[in-house]
Amino acid sequence: MEKFTQLTAIAAPLPLANVDTDKIIPARFLKTIHRSGLGVHLFDTLRFDEHGAERPDFVLNREPYRRAQILIAHENFGCGSSREHAPWALLDFGIRCVIAPDFADIFYNNCFKNGILPIRLPRALCDALIDDVAQGDNARLAIDLERQVVVRPNGQEIPFEIDPFRKHLLLNGLDDIGQTMAHAGAIDAFEQNRAAAQPWLPKTTRA
Amino acid sequence: MSGPRTLFDKIWDDHVVERLPDGTCLLYIDRHLVHEVTSPQAFEGLRAAGRPVRRPEATIAVADHNVPTSDRRHGIAEPESRLQVETLERNVADFGVPYFPVLDERQGIVHIIGPEQGISLPGMTIVCGDSHTSTHGALGALAFGIGTSEVEHVLATQTLLQKRAKNMRIEVAGQTPAGSSAKDIILAIIGAIGTAGGTGHVIEFTGDAIRALDMAGRMTVCNMAIEAGARAGLVAPDETTFDWIKGRPYAPQGADFEAAVRYWRGLASDPGAVYDKVVRIEAATIAPMVTWGTSPECVAPITGAVPDPAAEPDPTKRAEITRMLTYMGLQPGQKLAEIPVDVVFIGSCTNGRIEDIRAAAAIARGRRVARGVRALVVPGSGLVKKQAEAEGLDRILLEAGFEWREPGCSMCLGMNEDKLTPGQRAASTSNRNFEGRQGPGGRTHLVSPAMAAAAAIAGRLADAREFL
Repeated sequence: MEKFTQLTAIAAPLPLANVDTDKIIPARFLKTIHRSGLGVHLFDTLRFDEHGAERPDFVLNREPYRRAQILIAHENFGCGSSREHAPWALLDFGIRCVIAPDFADIFYNNCFKNGILPIRLPRALCDALIDDVAQGDNARLAIDLERQVVVRPNGQEIPFEIDPFRKHLLLNGLDDIGQTMAHAGAIDAFEQNRAAAQPWLPKTTRA
Repeated sequence: MSGPRTLFDKIWDDHVVERLPDGTCLLYIDRHLVHEVTSPQAFEGLRAAGRPVRRPEATIAVADHNVPTSDRRHGIAEPESRLQVETLERNVADFGVPYFPVLDERQGIVHIIGPEQGISLPGMTIVCGDSHTSTHGALGALAFGIGTSEVEHVLATQTLLQKRAKNMRIEVAGQTPAGSSAKDIILAIIGAIGTAGGTGHVIEFTGDAIRALDMAGRMTVCNMAIEAGARAGLVAPDETTFDWIKGRPYAPQGADFEAAVRYWRGLASDPGAVYDKVVRIEAATIAPMVTWGTSPECVAPITGAVPDPAAEPDPTKRAEITRMLTYMGLQPGQKLAEIPVDVVFIGSCTNGRIEDIRAAAAIARGRRVARGVRALVVPGSGLVKKQAEAEGLDRILLEAGFEWREPGCSMCLGMNEDKLTPGQRAASTSNRNFEGRQGPGGRTHLVSPAMAAAAAIAGRLADAREFL
């Protein structure tokens, strides 16, 4: 997983609430057996018409937002399905950070596994950032994960919250399976204790 | 932990392997359900790292999202779907994971077959790369959906790194009126608290109306807890639960079953347990419901009308309603019971159980599907299909003009051939009415199985109570 430390990039405003994962990537594109290559289908129905032509009014079809690496949206971003294809599609398009008032739980988790930083900010601040980046030339924001701030084009710094453990994994680009493997002894002991306490439990599985 | 605890607290505490300094817990996972869409990249990750599956026997795999619901003895025609199913078959063979093949009668939607086989049991932690894993919470198990990276994490370690969710209680007090079902209860709840109402929480459903539900109804309610934004849904296990589990293939048998029941009885929330959020809904107010928009919270009784955006004071919400009505092709003030439908879909992990098919057949018996309406019935599993056929429900439905199909996820998300065409309108017993969910440009109204059958007969959204 790629590290996330600092990012200064174009931010695209997407002032919609309840952007569900079917909108981020419709089910018909989930038939892949790979993680990469989904960026072309990101926001498919918002981005393209029924003939596959770009919808000129959609933000990611306009300059400078075609090169956006940050997305700013409204409430409950990523609701719906657990599909990790949603963050994969965002990442493949180039998005490394999503800012919204809140996120659906599974999507929020999935972002961290892919080096994407989801930032929760109050709605008024999201709207202020949307105003900032709507002014084409000012469309750049800076994110500093170590210091936990978003820097507006006018230099104002907006602090944000993040779990220390998740921050540590992102800053260092760590694979959390490797981290957990270090606890293998504790997992073994847990399994033995559990089987002893509830002897019926192991009999409910079949190889 | 001392003091009174909730059902969620108890299951959680029983599964903490280790607690990290910032409060993140390494949580043990008892059961891992795997399907073809969200697992290929996880197995690919294991292969790349040279890691085995830690407990293949605690894992069960099935293909459900992509499978055709027409005769499939000759395989899957669509190349991408076939590749995904073949990839799953290769992965389960390579990693030694138990698998129900497509032609096995135990094949079906992963959230139908887990409980059906007794693989999902009270007090367990159950995960799957699928948001509707919340379904299994009906048994009193902590069950939630995960992404593919977490699927890989569970395959490799049988654990997950998790932050403890908050406790929420939704009490459905009193008795649900005749003609209203579990689906109407959960749609009414989502309408009341919104699609982010449960975010960050595990919802425990309580109250007389929940106690009175059979297991199928409880599964319908917990299934859509995710549509209220919750991490999981739960119903405390009781005699209804134990009776239902007894004798299922993977469930403990004999003295083991008795020992398990003794443990399960202790799981119910203690008197005085504290919840972070409490909501109370009067069951008597719950009528048969139908959604009118492109979010499951956009719901109204069938006797109601499409809302008028002009009446909405918040400009953001007004714009959202207007956008939804344009997509749905509806007029403000239009009566819901006058909206014509093109397609009716009865099935999915929300409403694909035998009880759901009985409810639909009860309405269909001796009637005809309206001219021009295509009505599909897709059983949730091969065993549900077999049971329905033993009861003659397939004959009733076929004679009424419904299609009787093979089990799978089908038109709930349109990954196989079963999908809406642009502009088509469906009454559907599934769980999501998002734009394009059932096919690009398709329009979805979420309803109960009885309401779906009534819509098929009437050719429009209809009040199932008029058909009882």
